[in-house]
Amino acid sequence: MIYSTRRTTLVLIIVGLSLMGCANMSAKTDYSAFEQYYPRSILVIPPLNNSVEANAPYIYLSTITRPLAEAGYYVYPVSVVDAFLKDNGLPTPGEMNAVPLEKIRENIGADAVLYVTIEEWGQKFELISSKSIVSAKARLVDVQTGTILWTGSAHLSDSSGNSSGGGLLGDIVAAVIDQVAGSVVDRTHGLSSQANHIMILNPRTGLLPGPYKLTAKDS
Amino acid sequence: MSIAPHNIIVLAVVIFVSGCATRSPQLYQWGSYEGLVYDMYTHPGKAEPGVQIIKLSEDIQRASAEGKRVAPGIHAHLGYMYLIQGNSDSAVAEFTLERELYPESTVFIDGMLNRLSQNQRTN
Repeated sequence: MIYSTRRTTLVLIIVGLSLMGCANMSAKTDYSAFEQYYPRSILVIPPLNNSVEANAPYIYLSTITRPLAEAGYYVYPVSVVDAFLKDNGLPTPGEMNAVPLEKIRENIGADAVLYVTIEEWGQKFELISSKSIVSAKARLVDVQTGTILWTGSAHLSDSSGNSSGGGLLGDIVAAVIDQVAGSVVDRTHGLSSQANHIMILNPRTGLLPGPYKLTAKDS
Repeated sequence: MSIAPHNIIVLAVVIFVSGCATRSPQLYQWGSYEGLVYDMYTHPGKAEPGVQIIKLSEDIQRASAEGKRVAPGIHAHLGYMYLIQGNSDSAVAEFTLERELYPESTVFIDGMLNRLSQNQRTN
């Protein structure tokens, strides 16, 4: 009897966890436009930057190809595209984001463009901890019609220095060490990878599986 | 027939793991590409074209040895590195491979190839 009660409790806990783990279930993503225009190829324009970290757009850019390609889409080579746009008189992401869709269709031939805005980026220093944050909004736009196919957000932070177990002094020391170490090791790169992975590949809110994913499944 | 409790637990665990994880095997072997792109913009000295050419060529060899498709953009990025070095023959070869592997890149690649051949004619 005791055992079965325990089992029931365990099952309830696990089911509870599984439901919690999949939050976002209430707001169902609308994929109707996505399904209608279903792109094969995605061009990522270097992001607009509302953060104070000057490198943020390019750190972000270095972590977005992989999840998009793993979702099954052709992704134009981000650095080559950046160089191409710069060569064509568009030195900054601000100008790149203003390129008309028609020009993109003519010169690059992409089916869809991913526009990204960085909202927050980098380390926040607090007394007993430092925290790294990456936060960005993205929208996927159909190149032919300008229709928004999908929107998402990549938001992730980690905090450290909280779990040293050494009391307040230990925490302060840990935070200082962490802040010094953080200036050498850029944690935003790893966070950005994870945040983009979650944003793009989440089965409920991410992109629908692209052509290369679908053919991989068939074979 | 009733389901044994431990089966229910196993089932619940499976639902938990499969429902929330972004599972499924990877389509591509990523190698050093994203790290090189990161270094290009944050520590340019660590990602000179020569270094990138060596690393990306290794990645491409590994993918072909494992019978995997080279990820989107890798051949084009490698071609761009050759272009910076002034090796336009190798650049053209890599751009062409990108277009063969991924026809979606045709407009972009053809544009680059056209500009390249125009430059060569005027030089």
